[in-house]
Amino acid sequence: MKLGLVIDLDVCVGCHACAVACKQWNTSGTLGALTDYAPYGRNPSGVWFNRIRHYEVGDFPHNKTVNMPLSCMHCEDAECVNVCPTGASYKRKEDGIVLIDQDKCMGCNYCAWACPYGARELDRAEGTMKKCTLCIDRIYDQYLPPEERQPACVLTCPAHARHFGDFDNPLSKVSQLVRERGGTTLMPELGYQPTNHYLPPRPTRPIDTSAEKQTSLMHKVKEWVNKLITT
Amino acid sequence: MHPAFSVIIFTVAAGAGYGLAALLAIAHLTSVFGTLPVTECLWLGGLALVLISVGLVSSSFHLANPKNAWRAFSRFRTSWLSREAVLAVITYPVILAYLLSLWTWQGEKTGLVILLGSLVVLCSLATIFTTGMIYACLKTIRQWHTALTPANYIALGVMLGGLLLTAVQGIENVMLAGTALVVVLLAAILKAIYFFWIGRPSGSSINTATGFNRATVRLLDVGHSAGTFLTDEFGYHVASLRLWWLRVLMFVLSFILPALVLSLALIGQVSAFAVYTVVVLAFVGVVLERWLFFAEARHVVGLYHGAQRT
Repeated sequence: MKLGLVIDLDVCVGCHACAVACKQWNTSGTLGALTDYAPYGRNPSGVWFNRIRHYEVGDFPHNKTVNMPLSCMHCEDAECVNVCPTGASYKRKEDGIVLIDQDKCMGCNYCAWACPYGARELDRAEGTMKKCTLCIDRIYDQYLPPEERQPACVLTCPAHARHFGDFDNPLSKVSQLVRERGGTTLMPELGYQPTNHYLPPRPTRPIDTSAEKQTSLMHKVKEWVNKLITT
Repeated sequence: MHPAFSVIIFTVAAGAGYGLAALLAIAHLTSVFGTLPVTECLWLGGLALVLISVGLVSSSFHLANPKNAWRAFSRFRTSWLSREAVLAVITYPVILAYLLSLWTWQGEKTGLVILLGSLVVLCSLATIFTTGMIYACLKTIRQWHTALTPANYIALGVMLGGLLLTAVQGIENVMLAGTALVVVLLAAILKAIYFFWIGRPSGSSINTATGFNRATVRLLDVGHSAGTFLTDEFGYHVASLRLWWLRVLMFVLSFILPALVLSLALIGQVSAFAVYTVVVLAFVGVVLERWLFFAEARHVVGLYHGAQRT
């Protein structure tokens, strides 16, 4: 098995719900807690497994906002595992999930240096490195109903932009999506062979709104009322 | 990259210690610099061990969870950091055994002394090499991912060791001062090549990082309001003009001043005090060099924080 995520950049609305759901589930999960620093202070910060960046792609008028959630890609050639001097970082043979043994980590940050995606964050309170577990404590939990045996981020996504599955199975939903939508990986030139794939936004054109302009008297009255109550 | 002071002290002190140990063993075994007094050899060997110890102890200060540091000896099959730890620990008793044999046979070159001395040279240089490879193996930082990184580490370690050896042995030793001068010049050339190398933009860009290869990509919002571990660790920026001046200062302290004093020493017009001063200044220069090595390194994760190139 090669478990991972597919993230649909066409429908991701950038709401950060996946990041919040991730934090909520994993702070009491296998690698928890996800410590917060000064949560009620002026500059709250803390450990997150999943962060969302917002980009503008292309130039006006052919531009588009693209929201890009980033978490561990569970790379096939996981350099973070190779560089780990203590053997705390490891990649599971059976499903390809990259994990950190919290009892072995010495907090040297070397794996975070080796990761191009910023997927690993040091928990300064515990002195150990933390990262996405692909919700390993959900996906194999026999006590959960089968439809809930998915990562918290995938379950919570209101836009259905996240999909979880086995990339080794060509008939799985994630494999089909990557095939049909031309899914790509990030920074492939580094040769880490990330498992997670991103589906590019579908091509769009600027919508012509000139025909929508109304000049009727009723419309003018409505505009005047709008102006009156909004200013 | 955030320059961690403990790591800078570690690489500079341990590098100088291993460089000194290697040069000492070479000087003793080959007698190219004349026959060195045994007490002086022991004194210098002790100094090398002190430098190495200071470096290794300092290296543990940047660990967030040092109680697991003993595990760092386990993954030498894949990790250069682990290889460095293993080699550093192996080299320690090798140097001690060599100094002990040196003292036992009072500088005489018996079979055991030659064997241990050769091992000191081999292990010391290999350890500096592994220290450099810790950084050079990272594909995520193009300023480090080059063969020049371990080459620079070895050159600067041997250079500092050579300067220490020259200062303690006395500048009248023309052969030694000349060799030290050559090493300083070689290290300077290597560092200049390194600066030329990292000056050319290449590698990953915001386009490959986001997968949008045929459009301009700009960061609108980074997604967090305050700093994170990633911005603290990788988002270290120094104004380029200041970097340029620091490079100049580094070259003056590390290479130009030592080369000048060694050249004068070859003509025989320099006091021992000047040589010791220049050794201290060279150490300051190499600390600055190591600081620049970190401060100028651009991790590719910066591309997700708005950088267009690395």
